[in-house]
Amino acid sequence: MPCILPDGNVTETAKKVLWAAKEKTVEEIAKEAGLPLFRIRGSIRELSKAGFVEQKGDKYLTTEEGKTKL
Amino acid sequence: MPLLGDKAPDFEAQTSQGTLRLEDFRGSWLVLFSHPADFTPVCTTEFMAFSELYDEFKKRNCELLGLSVDSVSSHIAWARNIEAKTGVKIPFPIIADGNKEVAKKYGMLHPGQSTTETVRATFLIDSEGILRLILYYPLTTGRNMQEILRCIDALQTSDKHKVATPANWNKGDKVVVPAPIDQESAESRLNEGYECVDWYLCKKEIKE
Repeated sequence: MPCILPDGNVTETAKKVLWAAKEKTVEEIAKEAGLPLFRIRGSIRELSKAGFVEQKGDKYLTTEEGKTKL
Repeated sequence: MPLLGDKAPDFEAQTSQGTLRLEDFRGSWLVLFSHPADFTPVCTTEFMAFSELYDEFKKRNCELLGLSVDSVSSHIAWARNIEAKTGVKIPFPIIADGNKEVAKKYGMLHPGQSTTETVRATFLIDSEGILRLILYYPLTTGRNMQEILRCIDALQTSDKHKVATPANWNKGDKVVVPAPIDQESAESRLNEGYECVDWYLCKKEIKE
């Protein structure tokens, strides 16, 4: 997964998403991270699969495991 | 092969900016374009031209997404080389379509041109995921990015104002009023202040 590096750490883009994902929508995360919406959607999908982000309704929140990657 | 007005075929692909799906671009217009190969001269000029106009595409709520059959590593190396040699940074993702899955879905492979490389295909997809424009250029002919921007302007203007755009139209020019649907409206439109050649060809200015 491109968001997750082979050593288990995450990319700089993924870190921006994890920093910004404080129970926010993808649009809010995109604004805070300064990244295009499509990159946020792609990153959120991969970070969710890895258990680093969880969904609450239409908002996303970095998990405790996700916080260890920051 | 998808046609104008069709829903653009879905895909999930590895790109130089991670795994992306078509649905990730919803809400934005998208220029999905293929090129024959990384590290080739015409393609390099096209990537530089797209990059230099990237802000113009963004102003139109339009993202760019390149594609070739080369690997992600090749895309990364090529983008880095372009930046190192010319100072132009490639800001948009590029699909690594090694198995030609996306290329086949979109009809980007034209065996009469090449059995292994994608031609210079350009698909303009609107914010609802509908294919609005398709352009094909052969391997030897680089695209005109200003024409792609002009087409985005034309389609967005047509959508917003319910008009058509005449030959060689550019943003700010007069637009074509839709043809009348009956004799009564054909008569009346000549008195509506339009610039008319005759009842079937009338133009008007639009205020943005």
